[in-house]
Amino acid sequence: MSRPALTRDVRIIDTTLRDGSHAMAHQFTETQVRDTVRALDQAGVEVIEVSHGDGVGGSSFNYGFSRTDEMKLIAAAREEARNAKIAVLLVPGIGTNEDLKRAHDAGAEMVRVATHCTEADVSPQHFGMARDLGMETVGFLMMAHRTDPENLAKQARIMVDAGCQAPYVTDSAGALLMHEARARFEALIAEVGDEAWVGYHGHQNVSMGVANSVIAYEVGVRYIDGSLCALGAGSGNSPTEVLAAVFDRLGVNTGLNVSAMLDAAEDVVRPYLPRWPKMDRNAIVQGWAGVYSSFLLHAERAAERYKVPAHEILKRCGELGYVGGQEDMIIDVAIQLAAERERG
Amino acid sequence: MSNNGVREPVTAAIVGPGNIGTDLLIKLQRSSVIDVRYVVGVVESDGLQRARKLGVEASAEGVDWLLKQDQLPQLVFEATSAKAHIANAPRYQEAGIQAVDLTPAHLGPMVSPPVNGAAHLDSPNVSMITCGGQATIPMVYAVSRITPVPYAEIVASVASKGAGPGTRANIDEFTETTARAVEEVGGAQRGKAIIILNPVEPPMIMRDTVFCAIGPEADKDAITASVHEMVAEVQEYVPGYTLRAEPQFDDPQDGWDGNGRVGIFLEVKGNADYLPSYAGNLDIMTAAAARVGELMATTKAGIDKETVA
Repeated sequence: MSRPALTRDVRIIDTTLRDGSHAMAHQFTETQVRDTVRALDQAGVEVIEVSHGDGVGGSSFNYGFSRTDEMKLIAAAREEARNAKIAVLLVPGIGTNEDLKRAHDAGAEMVRVATHCTEADVSPQHFGMARDLGMETVGFLMMAHRTDPENLAKQARIMVDAGCQAPYVTDSAGALLMHEARARFEALIAEVGDEAWVGYHGHQNVSMGVANSVIAYEVGVRYIDGSLCALGAGSGNSPTEVLAAVFDRLGVNTGLNVSAMLDAAEDVVRPYLPRWPKMDRNAIVQGWAGVYSSFLLHAERAAERYKVPAHEILKRCGELGYVGGQEDMIIDVAIQLAAERERG
Repeated sequence: MSNNGVREPVTAAIVGPGNIGTDLLIKLQRSSVIDVRYVVGVVESDGLQRARKLGVEASAEGVDWLLKQDQLPQLVFEATSAKAHIANAPRYQEAGIQAVDLTPAHLGPMVSPPVNGAAHLDSPNVSMITCGGQATIPMVYAVSRITPVPYAEIVASVASKGAGPGTRANIDEFTETTARAVEEVGGAQRGKAIIILNPVEPPMIMRDTVFCAIGPEADKDAITASVHEMVAEVQEYVPGYTLRAEPQFDDPQDGWDGNGRVGIFLEVKGNADYLPSYAGNLDIMTAAAARVGELMATTKAGIDKETVA
């Protein structure tokens, strides 16, 4: 499977309605989704991702139940978008090919298959299905700070051989500093050559999302993710409206109308933000200790339930090396911390 | 089968001499009711060598060889792949050999020893479900035998090194089969299963979390007691099966359809017979298969004795 032709210098993919689902505790309404898609589409965004934060099939006790059936949200997004493609996330082990087929039926045209950065060999089944369905494909190598550039490139190779058109350096913990991000971008680009594009998905936990996006473009990364108002896990993603402004200043054609993007952020998304994603102590600890960004709200809830500080829970999760999807371990850590406190 | 009142063990074969097959062989060699006579593979391998060292006749000529033996085994344990088991199962049945299936093929009824281990002892083929299923379904059942469970969800965390290429290439089979077993064997009205692979070093010991939706008025003390009782039953064949904490009860929240929730947090440390102790996911499979095999053997010996008496 070859990589698709680019129509602009870089392909900006907006994930307000997917990564943002974490920050919304998966409570998006159909109206919010319709309004956001309409604004993004009019501002020139090429791809809009919509699904539960943990991907299709993510609605659960462990990650939080969706307020609105995600298939309904995907269908609504498909209806609103005139030009933009609708993408969904699929995390093997959480979602299945049955979920992917339903998302495709609802109107999804791209799937982003996400695995931990060393476990790409759980993805070929799903890339195979995506190809059979005629969908565009992206591969997320999550928690990309947890392996070295050379090994990350080998994992990208597994995905590309399985039919992935764009493996990503996915900085789920918002932990990659600029030189670390650059080394990973370069390794992936060297590995996949012109067989696939390379992508970058950033989080703002230590404020690197936009800076890393600029480096990414400079070294040849051509898919870059953002969220309006940074709405996403942890302290959020690289804000799409900031990416639009920065790339405009750099003279890089993203196809985005900067004013329309600013309006979308300010007038459509800001009014429904439960809180503006920010670099507070908990989120910084995530970037500092390398903790999966989606753990944030779960840790805050466990902190309240078990009367232990959220930042201590998050730090312990980092020390124990928990990966994306292990939200249940947050409760376990909180219980253990509470017991340790009781013992003194 | 019996002379002078002493029961002879039931004969068995292990098909698939990989790590799982070797671990199972070591467990079954401790059994007084099962005698593993043959270990079979399709190529010469370390696993066959290991079997020979343990004093068992081993062949690289597959099921063809096995079925040509003068003395056929009464039981076969299959630890190959779903595809291989689907091909082999009818041949075992034709030869009158009962099959315990450790692959994800799921041709026969799904069995979790402390839940329904005694229910399918005369079935020609039983399925051992999945590792995550073996670790969690006893807990779902421990709750559902006390109070209705409209929904149960299990999360299995497995060390990357303990997940083989078969599991990885077919990860949907794991989630779908486990979810079905949470319903059919565990007793939940609706089930969901999640599996996470974690590469941390040193490898993490298998962890499992079971969330069950329960009515707001459910008897929490009875559920807790039932969970402890069931943990003790599983410990009979997996001594490293433990609760990380007491069951955790949460009051109904938005989006839970008016239900409360019980969360059960488990650690499954393997017995390290052949597999490393962190691979509790594999150990609980071989231990459960050995357990079911022993129950079958005991039944067989009893029936055969009556027949010849």
